[in-house]
Amino acid sequence: MDNLIIKSHRATKEGFAEGLRIAGNNPKVIGLGADITASVGMNLFAEAFPERFFSFGIAEQNCIGVASGLALSEKIPVFSTYAVFSALRTTDQIRISVCYNKLHVIIGGAHAGVSVGPDGATHQALEDIAIMRSLPNITIISPCDATQTKLAIIAAIDNMNSPMYIRYGREAVPDFTIENQNFEIGKAQTMVEGNDLTIIATGHLVWEAIIAAGKLKDKGINARVINLHTIKPIDEEAIIKAARETGIIITAEEHQIQGGMGSAVAEVVVKEYPVPMDFIGMKSSFGESGKPEELLKKYGMTSDSIYKIAIENFSRKKSDQKL
Amino acid sequence: MNIILKTREELVLKSIEIRKDIISAIAEAGSGHTGGSLDLADIFTCLYFHILNHRPEEPNWENRDRMVLSIGHVAPVLYVTLAHAGYFPIEELKTLRKLGSRLQGHPGRDHGLPGLELSAGSLGQGLSVAVGMALANKIDKKDGYVYCILGDGELQEGSVWEAAMSAAHHKFNKLIALVDRNNCQIDGVTSDVMEIEPIIDKWKSFGWNVLSCDGHNHIEIIETFEKVKTTSDRPSVIIAKTIMGKGVRSIEGNYKWHGKAPSKEEALDFIEQIDNNG
Ligand SMILES: [Mg+2]
Repeated sequence: MDNLIIKSHRATKEGFAEGLRIAGNNPKVIGLGADITASVGMNLFAEAFPERFFSFGIAEQNCIGVASGLALSEKIPVFSTYAVFSALRTTDQIRISVCYNKLHVIIGGAHAGVSVGPDGATHQALEDIAIMRSLPNITIISPCDATQTKLAIIAAIDNMNSPMYIRYGREAVPDFTIENQNFEIGKAQTMVEGNDLTIIATGHLVWEAIIAAGKLKDKGINARVINLHTIKPIDEEAIIKAARETGIIITAEEHQIQGGMGSAVAEVVVKEYPVPMDFIGMKSSFGESGKPEELLKKYGMTSDSIYKIAIENFSRKKSDQKL
Repeated sequence: MNIILKTREELVLKSIEIRKDIISAIAEAGSGHTGGSLDLADIFTCLYFHILNHRPEEPNWENRDRMVLSIGHVAPVLYVTLAHAGYFPIEELKTLRKLGSRLQGHPGRDHGLPGLELSAGSLGQGLSVAVGMALANKIDKKDGYVYCILGDGELQEGSVWEAAMSAAHHKFNKLIALVDRNNCQIDGVTSDVMEIEPIIDKWKSFGWNVLSCDGHNHIEIIETFEKVKTTSDRPSVIIAKTIMGKGVRSIEGNYKWHGKAPSKEEALDFIEQIDNNG
């Protein structure tokens, strides 16, 4: 992908809000609010289409059921709240009412990752990918910036017919992808070309991976950076190609290492083309309060940590190849 | 078209047929929930043969009334009633709970059985889905009613009350819930496992119109549904007093039959009892 230039710093939830406002022109789209409408980017839709936005209070389990009833009645319901609630509190409702019924319900998982910051561990969703990706029939998207989040919610509403989970964040982060990018649900994007090593990142960490790749290049290592914006269904082809052509894969996500995107990648790699891997993410701990950048640094999710892990593993690749 | 039974005699006879087929299907399956399926037979007869506006030959007819079964474990009474109403052949009841069947242990729409409004089985979810359907009807200004069958033990699930609160808040007067008040759940009588009384006061305090009826008196069931339909500003719930295992004297009121299947031998005896109790 060309033109990797920071246009601005914006929260991915802003992209969610804008995209929902645009796709919301479809009269079938119904918004459901669980009290934190503006905080999760449901506000633009609610203001534009008050006759299609309904408040259901702090009752997320009910919201998922109501969304299911709407989807069973030819509507396209969109429900978003913090991912700790929309994905974790409601897992049983998503499993049975949404996924088993194969309904086109769009669930937003806001405030994903440790970069939520000062609110602390209770509000930093770090387990949602693991839980959601074990559910049959669901599609999981984790866009890398505000522009892509906008395209993702539009595609989720317009082009899909399955349960959808879209994960996005709270903090302003680099907005670097272009409006007319080639965004297709299920197709990973190669952000940086390279054949020495692959970094597969998702969400906010895609930009960090791009920066890390620049530093690696200074060391003479050409890293490929893949934006795995769709975690399920996973783009096996892109992963196998990366394993074959670069011989080593590092994954990076704002999520627990156990069961997250990296695990999903490893499932493909181990079965199809085993190469050394390493994982960047939370190491089975809760987050805490702090500034987003402080937390990303403390928990090893910055470009520096990605660079460091890549260097360590690059030598591992060489030694493995000697065997 | 749907078959409408008008007289008490016709309705009673249909309920007897349904009860007998429930016993046969569960005995053939070797497992299943006998008690609740039997006690809902009269209510299901009234719904599918008198109250519901539906088209068995066109299950997805857009103006139909919706019947959401929240307590998926009583799937046998739903399946048998649907078959008798003409949604699918009665012979298919023999496949209940078997590999490859459209009649899953708990309703699963993905398996293609016509007439299922919801895949359900995890308690506490159906009323929320019914609220969503009522919301869609309101948005589209449709006249249809949404019915939801709840268990009494199910009222212990907190999510039921989230749904109840929201239906009253949005004034869904065309949402009618029915609680199968048989006083039983798997571990025992509800008052021992977890007291849910005062049920009527609970629903009233959540903003619902509440009526009770004898869940085995067809005329009373139908009249109660007609009465709640006059409510214009709030959802309604009918507390239907039922007897678990109704129709089979030897197991009536016995919570041990919540989730138990009769052996083939017992089934013959049960069917005879149903005939004699008619
Ligand atoms: Mg009961």
